[in-house]
Amino acid sequence: MLKAYYYLLFRDLRLALRNRHELANPLIFFVLVVTLFPLAVTPTPETLQTMAPGVIWVSALLAVLLSLDRLFKQDYEDGSLDQLMLSPNPLVILVLAKVTAHWLLTGLPLVIIAPLLGLFMSLPMEAVIVLIYSLLLGTPVLSLIGAIGVSLTVAVNRGGVLLSLIILPLYIPILIFGANAVDVAMAGLPVSGQLLFLGAVLALSVSLAPLATSVALRITASR
Amino acid sequence: MWHWIQRFSSPKHFYTMSVPLIKWFTVGALLIGLYGLYLGLFVAPTDYQQGESYRIIFIHVPAAWMSLFVYMVMAASAGIGIIWQIRLADMVAAASAPIGASFAFLALVTGSLWGKPMWGAYWVWDARLTSELILLFLYLGYMALQSAIEDQRSADKASGLLAIVGVVNIPIIHYSVEWWNTLHQGATVTKFDKPSIHVDMLIPLLLMAVAFKLFYAAIVLIRARNEALYRDRNRRWVRELIEQL
Repeated sequence: MLKAYYYLLFRDLRLALRNRHELANPLIFFVLVVTLFPLAVTPTPETLQTMAPGVIWVSALLAVLLSLDRLFKQDYEDGSLDQLMLSPNPLVILVLAKVTAHWLLTGLPLVIIAPLLGLFMSLPMEAVIVLIYSLLLGTPVLSLIGAIGVSLTVAVNRGGVLLSLIILPLYIPILIFGANAVDVAMAGLPVSGQLLFLGAVLALSVSLAPLATSVALRITASR
Repeated sequence: MWHWIQRFSSPKHFYTMSVPLIKWFTVGALLIGLYGLYLGLFVAPTDYQQGESYRIIFIHVPAAWMSLFVYMVMAASAGIGIIWQIRLADMVAAASAPIGASFAFLALVTGSLWGKPMWGAYWVWDARLTSELILLFLYLGYMALQSAIEDQRSADKASGLLAIVGVVNIPIIHYSVEWWNTLHQGATVTKFDKPSIHVDMLIPLLLMAVAFKLFYAAIVLIRARNEALYRDRNRRWVRELIEQL
């Protein structure tokens, strides 16, 4: 079972690494969207600081949302998704492997580039550290919940807008606590409450979201 | 028992059985609703803080309750449809979504009408308003997914799963929104000291809640009947029905 997990994980990573330009796209999108805000609103550091947590978190959310397609689309189109479902390994484990790969390829790069964006938005150092922590805990949840949505819409023609319609309301708690943690850190207050909540949601979604995703994949496949 | 459920839940049986139910639910909703409105609008005392404009709660509060209740019904019957493959449950779930969305919308509109004289603004980013808005979005997402998938059975299953995921998420969303609001700005306008409700206001409120439930029961049956006719349009029992006309 564990072998299947690692096998599928490394397969997805290898496939993505052979397609490197695609790998950078969500990252560039993330930086680009954040760049728009100083241009659209105002470049004064004080204003930027107050919007920074929200802007960075919303942009991360949108970047993950746009990259969700990669999770199952290709496998659905070339039929390997059906083969995965036929395999004797539990589908939940396979889903977890695919989501892990997705997070390593999109979520983790976002976390790594976040300090640069903190610099753009003139965030203080301690807020940047909390931003990294909150993204580290929050982005896996985005991938996990997103997997449910993608598996429901992968067979729908032009399912992109539909996907954001059904997934964004479910992302709201993560957005609230992620952005709020950074906000509170800037005010110099303790952030453990927010981070613990994000951790709790992460634990909940690691245990439940793959189940829902595998049911959704079977629904999609039975069509 | 199982056999009985199977037989009773067949769309054909449901189509004929639901006629008297709809009649009684409609009559009940009308009578109780009119009496509740009379008590609420004419008999209940004027509120010492809010004046007459508080009377909108007799519509607003039942609508808000119903918006949540209908979501639960929708998710439960979608679950029954997925697990036991009962088509009638899928029809009830699909028929409930637009009704629930309308209740959520009604709650938002009446809330903002009440908010203007009370809070001085039509829209305040209050925790309850925000979670009601998110609930409306959940309904709209369900309906979008339901209509995007061509094949009826997988549309039912896919949107049903989404409804169940939504049920798991609703408490999380509710409490995170509540915490977000209290952390952002101390509740100033929204949390005036509320006296526990007077019994003359409570009785019409509860009557209206019952009337709304009966109204929903009648409407969901009517919509489910239409759904049954539409989905089984190529089956024999519908053909026979049409020939009888």
